[in-house]
Amino acid sequence: MTDMKTPLAKVRGLGAAKDGTHHWWMQRVTAIANIPLVIFMVVSFVGNAGKGHAEWVAWMKQPLVSVLVILFVANFCYHMRLGLQVIVEDYVHEHGTKIATMLFISFACVLVAALSIFSVLRIAFGG
Amino acid sequence: MAQAKRPLSPHLQVYRWGWHMAASIINRATGAALAFGSILFTWWLVALATGHDYFNTVQGFAGSIIGRLVLFGITFALMQHLAGGIRHLLMDMGKMYDLKVNTSSARLTFVFSIVMTIVIWVAAYKVMGVL
Repeated sequence: MTDMKTPLAKVRGLGAAKDGTHHWWMQRVTAIANIPLVIFMVVSFVGNAGKGHAEWVAWMKQPLVSVLVILFVANFCYHMRLGLQVIVEDYVHEHGTKIATMLFISFACVLVAALSIFSVLRIAFGG
Repeated sequence: MAQAKRPLSPHLQVYRWGWHMAASIINRATGAALAFGSILFTWWLVALATGHDYFNTVQGFAGSIIGRLVLFGITFALMQHLAGGIRHLLMDMGKMYDLKVNTSSARLTFVFSIVMTIVIWVAAYKVMGVL
């Protein structure tokens, strides 16, 4: 097979998206990290089902729980940002609309992460 | 000048639906649904941090019929995305490309997600003392 790539392009290994395999790889890294974190969250929600505000706060205040919830939020938000990007790339073809949609998604994912992590910290360090 | 109408290459409509196609598209659909679910999760966390009264308001929404239906859907989406994601990780490692194994593993993701959704809800109701 004839290789149409220039030697420089081959060395860079970036391909058409100018981003190489980084996006693909990070989606897998965050997917693997999500497995134990999701199991932890599901078990916690089942275990605390029906509890009131004070009990939920007491649960969240435990250092290990605070850290795991923060890790869960940071990890799923990164994974969500990458996944939504792929959907946009597949279905939104007009350049301007694509850029605008991606900006909105990026800001929304960061906002979800910031609000969630701030809430956990507020509970963890609150009186 | 108007472009000549050229024939298009075969697309989705010419293929017979199979479990592998269903598993693929539902992995994307559940991912998008979970993005919506993440907003609800954030709302719940903010409510927990805000205080007793607002938390009860949000819990009231979650406990309503519509709230429970949404949460049930999110539970299914999470379990399906989890199973589908693990299946994709195995395929990334070069496994399950045999057609039979591929199809049966796709079907297995649905069995997993339906069973797990029911298990989670039964367990949650048991913890609440309702069942």
